[in-house]
Amino acid sequence: MGVDLSIALGGARLANPIVTASGCFGSGKEMSRFVELHSLGAIVCKTVTPEPRLGISPPRGAETASGMLNAIGLQNPGVEAFRDNDLTWLAERGVPAIASVGGHSVADYVRCVEVLRGAPGLVAIELNLSCPNLEDRGFMFALSDERTAEVAAAARAASDVPIFCKLSPDVTDLVAIAEAAVGAGADGLSLINTTLGMAIDPRTFRSKLSTGTGGLSGPAIKPIAVRCVWQVHRALGHIPIIGMGGISTVEDAIEMILAGATAVAIGTANFYEPAVSEQIALGLADFCDMHGISSLDEVRGQVKIEG
Amino acid sequence: MNPVIRTAPVVSSARFGAYRKLTVDAPEIAQSARPGQFLNICVQPGGAYLLRRPFSIARADRTAGTVSVVFDPVGAGTQWLGARAQGDTVDLVGPLGHGFDVTADRGIDLLIGGGYGTAALSFLAAELDARGGEVHAIIGARSRARLYEDEMLDETCASIAIMTDDGSAGMQGLVTDPLPEMIKRFSPRVIYACGPMPMLRATAGVAVENNVPSQLAVEEFMACGIGVCWTCALPVRANGSLKHQRACTEGPVFAGEAIAWA
Repeated sequence: MGVDLSIALGGARLANPIVTASGCFGSGKEMSRFVELHSLGAIVCKTVTPEPRLGISPPRGAETASGMLNAIGLQNPGVEAFRDNDLTWLAERGVPAIASVGGHSVADYVRCVEVLRGAPGLVAIELNLSCPNLEDRGFMFALSDERTAEVAAAARAASDVPIFCKLSPDVTDLVAIAEAAVGAGADGLSLINTTLGMAIDPRTFRSKLSTGTGGLSGPAIKPIAVRCVWQVHRALGHIPIIGMGGISTVEDAIEMILAGATAVAIGTANFYEPAVSEQIALGLADFCDMHGISSLDEVRGQVKIEG
Repeated sequence: MNPVIRTAPVVSSARFGAYRKLTVDAPEIAQSARPGQFLNICVQPGGAYLLRRPFSIARADRTAGTVSVVFDPVGAGTQWLGARAQGDTVDLVGPLGHGFDVTADRGIDLLIGGGYGTAALSFLAAELDARGGEVHAIIGARSRARLYEDEMLDETCASIAIMTDDGSAGMQGLVTDPLPEMIKRFSPRVIYACGPMPMLRATAGVAVENNVPSQLAVEEFMACGIGVCWTCALPVRANGSLKHQRACTEGPVFAGEAIAWA
């Protein structure tokens, strides 16, 4: 009994490794009706940008086998309203927060990071470099090692908390982009964002999303996420990774840690099982007790590949 | 009341015209549920389709502690739900959303229902009637077989006009066809509507032309139903600016005059 689940996340210390995936938990207020927020390591909030964004027109979502597509377009109230309302609300309750910031330019990210300097309760900032639904997809930071390094360095210089870069699985060489982020000063990595997908209604011939394409999430992408975390952890073993993509059970979380994740984020599962994040956080301790695990250090990256 | 996640025993499941009516035991939801609110129900446990489906609450019986939903068993999920029987349980979250606003004073109100969208209005009609109001309804469907026919509606409405696309029951035409005449005759305080989006849009149009406030319960794809995924957003004009509001949280009931129809 009494397994220590606490983790170090690039200088931040969390009580346990279970966090929420950006965009799947709001800033915790709605979910606090179903979840004891203090049971989680931290809340990773929905992405904010320097100015408020209206988001894209509906339809914004479609269900697919073992997952879903979304195209929200980063609807958000802007970083200042987020800091004053959402972060304050979390800080008043003593719930550790990780902000997620987005934008179109390096200056946009720096502006968000500056607005968040000194915000109470903020333990890290995640740079969303990989939202698949921005107007100019070719411009996505996480598609390029150079642009990833540029924004990571600028954000690192402007921030007073650890910087995590959230990367896309939709690249040829994820390890090169991860190395570029870390080389530029990123304290950690968040893997993975949604992968670009599409669904079409065969009766109407219409795309199920107003944008045509959208981000695929849910258990359907879990093997891709586990592979990405494993590849990057193997190359950058000293760098903390927040692993995510289809995690919906305690066993999934252990799988992600075996691949090399330090923290594990719960995303789409919150949508259909509103209490699942707390259940996984509590269940992780039971799993460790049952399997004689006294520290997650005994598990992290310990996947055995025999053959 | 805050919504709850609950495993609810099935009390009854029966054919309801062309639809299915499912009643479950959920006393705390029955106590607080308001007309226009919905339940988010798991419809394929263990299957590949993971998201819950939203269902308008058709009735909340506070004495019996039960809530009912009425749905069209057209897809795999609703067919699974329709096959539940007494002894089974369903996993649900609710009550969710902002329902119809009902004022306390007596007055005349109009209800416009399309297909099984009438379910939410049947619950509303009972509430308006209990407050001493006078309720008139126009209900419509493609054909006689698909009309939503409900004793509770019959008992609580002063009049019910029926419209079908093919004329197999009532008058042939759309629910909005007799609406201008009904507005003239009754001078309603509010028009309440629930049904397919084109019907709601047409209803809002007539309501705005005649300067009658309308409250519309919309149907949108919802991944979560609890306010965090933002897939169910609807363009709404608020304080002079356009905003995307969540059908699951600010809705599903919106003022017809505020919706910015695409």
